[in-house]
Amino acid sequence: MDKENLSVWTSIPFWRRSAAWVTGFAVMLLIWLSFDTLGQISMGSDEDLKNGITKRVPGPTVINYEIDYKMSEKRGGEVPVIGKKELFFGKEWSEQEAADLLHLGKLTSQAKNCMNCHTLLGNGGYYAPDLTKAWLDPAWREGGPLQGMTGKNTKEEAMAEFLMHPSQYPTHARMMPDLGITAEEAKGLVAFLKHMSSIDTNGFPRNFSKTVEQFTAGGTNAR
Amino acid sequence: MLASIKSNHLQSESKKLGMMYFRVAIILFGAQLLMGLIAATQFLVPGFLFEIFDFSVARMVHINALVVWMLYAMLGAVYYMIPDETGMETVGVGLGKLAFWVLTAAVTIVVLVYIFIQVGSGSESTIWLINEGREYLEAPRWADIGIVVVVLVFYWNVFATFMKGQKTGIMTVMVANLMALAGLYLAGMFYTDNISMDQFWWWWVIHLWVEATWEVFVGTLAAYALIKIINAKREIVEMWLWIEVLMLFGSGILGLGHHYFWIGTPEYWWEIGALFSALEPVPLVAMFVHVLYDWGKEQGVAEQEGHRNVMRNGPAMAWIVANAFGNFLGAGVWGFFHTLPQVNIYTHGTQFTAAHGHLAFFGAYATILIGMMYLGLQGAYGIKTLKATFKSKMGIVLIISGVLGMTVALTIAGYEQVLVERAELGAGWNAFFAAQELPWYVQAQTWRTIMGVVTFVGFVYLVWDLLTIGKQARLAQQAEA
Repeated sequence: MDKENLSVWTSIPFWRRSAAWVTGFAVMLLIWLSFDTLGQISMGSDEDLKNGITKRVPGPTVINYEIDYKMSEKRGGEVPVIGKKELFFGKEWSEQEAADLLHLGKLTSQAKNCMNCHTLLGNGGYYAPDLTKAWLDPAWREGGPLQGMTGKNTKEEAMAEFLMHPSQYPTHARMMPDLGITAEEAKGLVAFLKHMSSIDTNGFPRNFSKTVEQFTAGGTNAR
Repeated sequence: MLASIKSNHLQSESKKLGMMYFRVAIILFGAQLLMGLIAATQFLVPGFLFEIFDFSVARMVHINALVVWMLYAMLGAVYYMIPDETGMETVGVGLGKLAFWVLTAAVTIVVLVYIFIQVGSGSESTIWLINEGREYLEAPRWADIGIVVVVLVFYWNVFATFMKGQKTGIMTVMVANLMALAGLYLAGMFYTDNISMDQFWWWWVIHLWVEATWEVFVGTLAAYALIKIINAKREIVEMWLWIEVLMLFGSGILGLGHHYFWIGTPEYWWEIGALFSALEPVPLVAMFVHVLYDWGKEQGVAEQEGHRNVMRNGPAMAWIVANAFGNFLGAGVWGFFHTLPQVNIYTHGTQFTAAHGHLAFFGAYATILIGMMYLGLQGAYGIKTLKATFKSKMGIVLIISGVLGMTVALTIAGYEQVLVERAELGAGWNAFFAAQELPWYVQAQTWRTIMGVVTFVGFVYLVWDLLTIGKQARLAQQAEA
């Protein structure tokens, strides 16, 4: 078909050139968008948090703040809302301490292979609950069944206790195995989870735990 | 006489190396299925191997064996086709063999560490020595570096042989595509505390492999196989290949955006990802049409010339047709089901994804790679026309039924999970378990496990066939002569 060249539609050079141009264009557009995205998802700083500047991925010291997940009418979904300061494991963490703790937590999440049962930001295994907004799960709140089960008084302590001895706190027939998580690693993991819950995920998961009232009422809306 | 039956009829060392890769690939395929069966059982019997061989370990080995057997079969297929395409022996085949043994030793060590050590402490040494803990890319860093070295040897072999030998269209696409495929692995080889950044680059590897470069790779394999099996005209096949490259890269590269909906990345990826990933099925339809059209056309030509059948390798062609259809159905249709953000906000990270993953990996990749193994066997035993045996047919029918059955079951489980856990109860711990314990969900998971067993029985037939079909066909051919 090269030689005869009856029509452009059966011409190999035409399709080869088109393939090269289309691929080149797609790659250039991807690289350009990637630069923009990388800027937008780089971690914010402690200064940003202090000055109330909203970042898609806040800095590690976000663990010193209350985090909520509220419906934004403008965005059409829920967005994380960083509120006033709160203690985390009974103290306020300096910039360096918070960064170190998040580092330990993220490393531990990989070392313990969390992602092959759970999903993080919705990616991973489908054997255990999504952890994207686990920090905000009402079950860990004061009065929630998971916090109550561990006998601890704060959300972070309850989560850390569970992570260290998961098979001592069975909630369902399907349980989390004991992965030998130390007390420090557990703190790190909770910091990692709290940090992840502050990331702007464009409204995923939607209507997070909207049934909390129904849930506390024993699984029904009937009054 | 027996010696002549057993002897390897391949003259080319590169083709022999290709067969070595195929052998390891099929073993790892078996390992993948066994691990899948363990993980599927754990959905039904949560106490099964609890704190001995947990779901996380079974699934990690399941998906790693998948990726690695496919890479082995891909390397094998390339080493097998190089002499035919370039008209010469692979230049550094000795080095290639050394790289094969290095890679195989490394894979063995990695798997043993996964199985027996499983997890480490939260430190850099775990990432370097045990497990990187990033789905699909769990291989520890030392193995990453080893893989890069082995791939460099492989790529040098392909590139140098291409430069010295004939430069066919198929090899041109192969050389360019393999460079992208190998280079992309580097994007997954660093650590960051920022989970959004982590997943941004992670998808560069995963997506740009399976929805771009691997698909083009399949296009080149299909082109080569059609020439070998049904004597398709090279000019037509190569023209199609360029059209496929255009459409696959044109849709697949920016289709990456459909993984950037919810990981912290900006909202403009909704539109980019939706538009381009919605186009991804188009080339898969084209590939399907192309394979069947060429087959019909060549058969017609053969009949006009007075030959009864154009087919030189029945089982390989059966698997390639399964590929054409499976790729469209698994990657195309099942992918499109949940690719729009309006749907994906509910389906993201559910059994729906698992349904798509199973049929897509099988339909798009497993099928054609098995086809390449049959093509290799035909060469290894010097068979003129390889016909499907009862075992070949049992293998293909049971494996396809099994995987389709698993996909349907997981899709139903996915519907349950999406509607109950996500839409009705709004995610969360309680919502997750409420959905997992629904009778309909459990029923679907039961069917998934049954269909997994069907797949495994099919695999046994497949291996049995691969071990015996060559000898049988060789004997039959000698009896005729």
